[in-house]
Amino acid sequence: MFHNLAQLIRYRGLIESLVARELKARYRGSVLGFFWSFINPLLLLLVYSFVFEFVLPNRSPEKPYALFLFCGLLPWTWFSSSVLEASGVLISSGNLIKKVLFPAEVLPIVTVLSNMVHFLFGLPILVGFLIYYRRPLELPEVLWFPVVLLTQLILTTGMALIVSALTVHFRDLKDILGNLMTFWFFATPIIYPMTGVAKGSLQHTLLNLNPFTHLAISYQELLFYPGNPPGPFGHWRGLVILLFASIGLFLFGYFLFDRLRDSFAEEV
Amino acid sequence: MLAIEASGVTKVYRRFSNRRQFATLKSALLKGTLLRDLHPDETFAAVRNVSFAVPQGSTYGIIGRNGSGKSTMLKLVAGITKPTEGSVRVEGRISALIELGAGFHPEISGRENVFINGIMLGLSKREITKRFDEIVEFAEVKDFIDAPVKTYSSGMYMRLGFAVAINVDPDVLLIDEVLAVGDEAFTHKCLDKFAEFRRRGKTILLVTHSLNLVEKFCDDVLWLDSGRIRGEGDPRRVVSAYITDVAKTEEKNLAALDARARERVDHAAPTSAGAASEAAGDAIDPPANMFTASEGRWGSREVEIVDVRILGEDGAAKQVCQSGEAVSIQMTVRAHKKVEDVVFGVGVFNADGVCCYGTNTDIEELEIAEFSGEQTVTFRIKSLDMVEGTYKIDVAAHRVDGYPYDYHRLLYSFRVKSHTKDVGIYRPPHTWEFTAGISVKDIRERK
Repeated sequence: MFHNLAQLIRYRGLIESLVARELKARYRGSVLGFFWSFINPLLLLLVYSFVFEFVLPNRSPEKPYALFLFCGLLPWTWFSSSVLEASGVLISSGNLIKKVLFPAEVLPIVTVLSNMVHFLFGLPILVGFLIYYRRPLELPEVLWFPVVLLTQLILTTGMALIVSALTVHFRDLKDILGNLMTFWFFATPIIYPMTGVAKGSLQHTLLNLNPFTHLAISYQELLFYPGNPPGPFGHWRGLVILLFASIGLFLFGYFLFDRLRDSFAEEV
Repeated sequence: MLAIEASGVTKVYRRFSNRRQFATLKSALLKGTLLRDLHPDETFAAVRNVSFAVPQGSTYGIIGRNGSGKSTMLKLVAGITKPTEGSVRVEGRISALIELGAGFHPEISGRENVFINGIMLGLSKREITKRFDEIVEFAEVKDFIDAPVKTYSSGMYMRLGFAVAINVDPDVLLIDEVLAVGDEAFTHKCLDKFAEFRRRGKTILLVTHSLNLVEKFCDDVLWLDSGRIRGEGDPRRVVSAYITDVAKTEEKNLAALDARARERVDHAAPTSAGAASEAAGDAIDPPANMFTASEGRWGSREVEIVDVRILGEDGAAKQVCQSGEAVSIQMTVRAHKKVEDVVFGVGVFNADGVCCYGTNTDIEELEIAEFSGEQTVTFRIKSLDMVEGTYKIDVAAHRVDGYPYDYHRLLYSFRVKSHTKDVGIYRPPHTWEFTAGISVKDIRERK
């Protein structure tokens, strides 16, 4: 397993080109082309803020609500589309796996990375909003941003590996997953703040067990509540624990993928 | 030094059973069969205990019928699938031409696909840049290289895939029946490329149905039959053993086909002269248009052709003949009562239904005297000068005026095999002669 993992470094050129191809191919033929990477998150943001400010106005103290929402929604989109796309990626590239010799884990990894690029393209929009609402960031906290990003990358890759490998054997995972991700979305403090959940309640405990909760809180703390609580990044303990848990999940995912690897060429 | 070494390789595939196909995660979880479903019990061995070694720099062929495990073997050597038992060891960089352009993405341009495909096959970006022009040149897609691959014709697609794969500069090249990708000129270019590979001391493993190619190119050949080794070694010897085996199967198939045709006809027609009643009148009169009639049997059966056999030189029945062989068509006839006025005829038709030859005893001015009982009539062909193909024959016994006793239309078939792939419906015995100004060499390697 670790040998294979080390081998993967040799294929970084392939991963790079495949990510580039994925991004190029996605908008090939559309009029706006690459701008969709910016427009999509913007539209998503408009839809959600319309719903929660006009259709279902909520009592949330988080103002501006759209910005609060965006802080959690953008990373969530990266996570959920990566996992959903990864579930089908081995099957849709079946021809490749059967006919060309290359490590199959490249495929789910490429899925995660190309979605990460979309996430990164969404960040300027976010920065634009921060400037618009005149919300300065705290420099020491911003330094944590790469750690949050890295944690999410490892967590997402681990999930993508598990889901992609299992879907080859259990095709209906793909269908279950759509609803599962919707449920997961609402079980994460993205559209509501964690502070709105009573501490010590069952819900609070359950939310704490959800790994994405800690990512969402971290993003929100860095981008939405700078200096509140005052001082350095307040949620760092939760994040570090999650980082290690994610590494564990990634290793487990890679192990599972590696064990099932030989069956892919026959099953897809 | 060995480039490829396979020892005791067995590959077991799972056979799809209903149970497995409908097994899903949910049912697996509910029934607790998750682990069992991952370890199937119904299996099928595509390759069984195969061992072979390919020395560096040699060209090795694998032949065998469809489903004999050739492609599985190639995938095992390529490392795409792992052997269930045994091991495969390969020295050096492998490039597998299993499916050309397998990694192409239809939406992006040929240029980008060349890069990605090349990287996938193990080249670095710099290496591809260096060889890019050569690849495009070879694939003959210069004008379209910046168009998305989805707009390519299938030939262009294949050629580009081939050009990338061949330019990976592998130490070991695996080829699975991919030479049929282009027109004649492109095929020649590919063959030249292979020859160049051989000259440079690269190892080639070739899976193909083209026996000519095997005899021309390969140093050694492996013959697989239902996953097992049937023969290995000198190409000419193995190929000829393989051809013999294929002929045997073909013979069996032809015999079965003929038997089915005759059975159909026998059901429709009276089996003896006595049964020739009004109801079976159709079976007595010849069809309105003799030349478009398909297989059938008609006639009054006063003289009955009870058996027809095609015999080889040694007198054994056969249905697959070599062109140029001596062959006989032997019919066993039975006259239920004394008949005079009998003509025996034979006709040979090719697969298009064109009559290649037809004759009868009347045309050849043989008068047959009165006879009765069971007799044999043999039509002896000294040399079967026909081109390769499957032929069907008519045999008949009738009166001089055409009144049919027993007419068998296209009920028997035989196959002619030929080393010379000439065409037409007739091969006159011939030779070529040249004046001294033209020098000619016989490159045919066979006897």
